[in-house]
Amino acid sequence: MILSEPKPWEEIEGYLEEDDSVFLLGCDGCDAATGDGGAERVGELSEKLEEGGWDVTGTKVIEFLCNKALAGMKLARVSDLVEASDSLLVSCCGIGVQAVSKLVDKQVHPANDTVSMGDFHGTWPSEETCKRCGECLLDYTGGICPLTMCVKGLLNGACGGSYEGRCEVEPDRPCGWELIYERLRDVGRLDLLEEYNPPKARQKYQFGVPMENRNSLYWALEAEEE
Amino acid sequence: MSTLKDKLEAGEFAITCEAGPPKGVDVEEEIKEVEEIADLVDAFNVTDLQSSAMRMSSVAMCRLLEERGLETVYQMTCRDRNRLALQSSLLGAWALGMENVLALTGDYTTLGDHPDAMPVFDLDSVQLLETIGALNGGEDMVGNELEGSPQFFPGAAANPGADPLKPQILKSRMKADHGARFFQTQAVYDPEVFATFMEELRDAGVETPVMVGILPLKSAGMARFMDANIAGVVIPDVVIKELSDADDAVQKSIEICSRVINETADLCEGIHLMPMGWEEYVPEILDGTKL
Repeated sequence: MILSEPKPWEEIEGYLEEDDSVFLLGCDGCDAATGDGGAERVGELSEKLEEGGWDVTGTKVIEFLCNKALAGMKLARVSDLVEASDSLLVSCCGIGVQAVSKLVDKQVHPANDTVSMGDFHGTWPSEETCKRCGECLLDYTGGICPLTMCVKGLLNGACGGSYEGRCEVEPDRPCGWELIYERLRDVGRLDLLEEYNPPKARQKYQFGVPMENRNSLYWALEAEEE
Repeated sequence: MSTLKDKLEAGEFAITCEAGPPKGVDVEEEIKEVEEIADLVDAFNVTDLQSSAMRMSSVAMCRLLEERGLETVYQMTCRDRNRLALQSSLLGAWALGMENVLALTGDYTTLGDHPDAMPVFDLDSVQLLETIGALNGGEDMVGNELEGSPQFFPGAAANPGADPLKPQILKSRMKADHGARFFQTQAVYDPEVFATFMEELRDAGVETPVMVGILPLKSAGMARFMDANIAGVVIPDVVIKELSDADDAVQKSIEICSRVINETADLCEGIHLMPMGWEEYVPEILDGTKL
């Protein structure tokens, strides 16, 4: 079971500074079960967005956003609304946010911090992985995770070893920061590369599920099953 | 007191040269080679397990050189130490007399001779620069007060040959914004590539002094090997051809280095030599220049 925590509203507001209209997407999988993704959360976020003066072009809740094939088909049915939006706000785990950013040519903002994957990596075999760092950076990096796509997990741009878009470690591995650069260039947000990302709070993911989340419904259910 | 800092801040041309610690404990040979060219160089960069190959620590080698009156640039990578160890090593380095530090990300562990080692990368080079700034300001990176603080002169690396160049410029600007007060570049062979880099860097508002990287290629074979295997190093085919066509590869290599220095020196604030065991040819390389 993947556990996410809602990001503080102030952080989400900050992500949306450049945008006037937002399409809101929720996940009806793990995140719905923990209350961080489903219809209820999407409703709350929608209300907050409207209060804050954003034009919510549409909302949709899709079961398991990590399932790129299915999510892509379902998103295609609202492509007009997505197309009319400046960006998407996605209430899901890190995998879902990355999957959505592969499916749309828009900036994708994460609404949650993923804190535990429970050794589960989504319902669809794909290259998107989440390190459940508890401090989701996908907003700054165009929906491509620097912790998993850069072998060194660098947070402030490529190292000096990449060349022609390839990683220094393996010639056929793409440089994660090159992918991030291209993505941000394509969505017109290269300004995000000027943001300094401070060191990670490593304690957030050294122990798996944080203590305060162990009381959540799913943690209790799983512990009960054992 | 740092001659490198004084020179670069006074707008004088500065020269640094790389010195690699031995794989083992016999330091005399390297020290002798370095001492022979000491008059030509402002400071010696001591590498930190370069290419992820296990060697004597940079801080120990720096101290051995400082004891002999040679100024050093303590190279520090983020590959092998977490934030506790990085800060602790920095405090120790200052106490042992090192004033210049070069903050690097570090090559990946699998490129070296201990490919199964745990890669750390707790911080990245920008965060390391920020951390050095905190220590200089009398606090550790989480704000605890220090009993006496260092006054490091921090530098960073840049890669003029990066392709595409724009992200490299953005990253260099970030390094400058977060404390880099000088740049030493990867080896340059194409002065035009370097000129473009400098132009874009200055256009991006980065006025930090830049020292152009000069690395003599010992043969066409070495050039090809480095081009293919050394992270961050790109050698143009025309330079490789020049070497393979030459009757005397050593002389040709020296000539190429002198030529690159002559064609780039006016664009930047210093040169950074990486002789890779060819310390003995440093005087000839410099003799062949207008410096």
